[in-house]
Amino acid sequence: MLTIMRREFNSYFSSPIGFIYLAVFYILSGFFFFSTTLIYDTADMSYLFSNLYSIIMFLIPILTMRLLSEEKKQKTDQLLITSPVSLFSLIMGKYLSALLVFSTGVAVTILYAIVLASFTPIEWAVFFGHLVGLFLLGMALIAIGMFLSALTESQVIAAVLGFAVMLLLMMIDPLAQYVNTPILSDFLSGLSFNTRYSSFTLGVFDFSNALFFISVAAVFIFFTIRVFEKRRWS
Amino acid sequence: MIEVKNLVKQYGKKRAVDDVTFTVNKGEILGFLGPNGAGKSTTMNIITGYLSATSGTVTINGHEILDDPVNAKKSIGYLPELPPLYLDMTVKDYLDFVYDLNKAKLPRNQHIQEICELVKITDVYNRLIKNLSKGYRQRVGIAQALIGNPEVLILDEPTVGLDPKQIIEIRNLIKELGKKHTVILSSHILSEVQAVCERVIVINNGKLVADDTPDNLSKDMSTDHTLTVRVEGPEDEIYKLLTKIPNMVSVQALGEKENGGVYDFSVEAKKGEDIRREVFKRLAARNWPILSMRTNQLTLEDIFLQLTSEDKSNGGAK
Repeated sequence: MLTIMRREFNSYFSSPIGFIYLAVFYILSGFFFFSTTLIYDTADMSYLFSNLYSIIMFLIPILTMRLLSEEKKQKTDQLLITSPVSLFSLIMGKYLSALLVFSTGVAVTILYAIVLASFTPIEWAVFFGHLVGLFLLGMALIAIGMFLSALTESQVIAAVLGFAVMLLLMMIDPLAQYVNTPILSDFLSGLSFNTRYSSFTLGVFDFSNALFFISVAAVFIFFTIRVFEKRRWS
Repeated sequence: MIEVKNLVKQYGKKRAVDDVTFTVNKGEILGFLGPNGAGKSTTMNIITGYLSATSGTVTINGHEILDDPVNAKKSIGYLPELPPLYLDMTVKDYLDFVYDLNKAKLPRNQHIQEICELVKITDVYNRLIKNLSKGYRQRVGIAQALIGNPEVLILDEPTVGLDPKQIIEIRNLIKELGKKHTVILSSHILSEVQAVCERVIVINNGKLVADDTPDNLSKDMSTDHTLTVRVEGPEDEIYKLLTKIPNMVSVQALGEKENGGVYDFSVEAKKGEDIRREVFKRLAARNWPILSMRTNQLTLEDIFLQLTSEDKSNGGAK
């Protein structure tokens, strides 16, 4: 698992993808840190984190698009699958490498907090609540992206599917409002990533929300393993 | 060592592999022969655990590939049809990665160095795989299969894309490896199998059509008792003379050859009868020189065509 994770992590940075992802993330988060926090002379970073929600929604498909599609295309999956490594540790290795790159990006907010703390005392507990929320959101989204990447041989298709799903996730809230059937509406808003994530940005650590993201991640990792299993049998 | 039992792989309505059974013993080099699309690669993919069989079992070293995949896969080194290379890695990083992936417990640097020397890739050791030529890539693929010193090597068309000199090198290498490893080698090039393998399995349309040594295959099907003779002299009289030889079944005149006055005859005796000496004596007595005489032994090519084109699953061989 660690072997696969290490190789995958290195390959993010032997191609431009890792650098582009990080650069775009740093620029955008830096911009929002400036425009929502610094410029208003406030120590409240919640606006930054709620803006990061839509940023990572669009960046994560880039991070995950080649994760498994490229293996299939280059036939390197043959090497991985025929080596004495279980399918679970193979997929987890891949997943963790993407999560690691994601975390490298997100970690920059700690720097922002330190910068802020040098001017004014900040509420570290709230800040780490934000950070955990963002990390959990990333966990769920990366699992979804990885699953989509397992479905196809083409990075482009994986990315487009990823964007489509992310867009859908962002539209769930307005959709829930339009639906008249209360059950369906409740169901949809229950699925809303935004609602669950924004409770983190409000400084509320609700365990059920954390569990929701972790469950989504687990379910999609499981699905990814099933995709590989199924491919062997068809 | 490797036991394949009643292997079936169904793709929709097509049976890619149809009830294939064979065993490979320790230290054997088995050739896996068949035309394109016969099911060679599919069978190999099943043996290595990349695909699952619709039914049937594969046991490697006593480990069932589905029940105990990790242990079964540990003893296999696999070179698929397309070498599974990460193009963005250097040869060194790639082999290191494969070493870790196989959880090999040998002195790392020494082991990798030995393999590189064996397949002659030391000079590209620090280069990116993406910049290597096809021949080098193929050799890195072979190196990859050798890492961890697996007891079983499964090589899917290992000499594809190599130049003739490299092909000979790789064949010798495989022969060398066959002394310590059990090797399954697939190919559609017959001379290759003939040169390297001790045993040949011929597969066509997913079915096993033959399983024997290359020599036996050609012996069983050969037509030792038929000769082609080239004689200088009058055609009609030679023809008459030949038909009078005892045990003769048929004589066929093949027409005038070379620059005239020379004729070819196809001669068939009863099965098991050697009439070459008699032919020589009688023609010599009449002073008609024999310019050439050869038995019509089938090459592996002929056998192969015979086995795969006529749809008789017991085509002479087992």
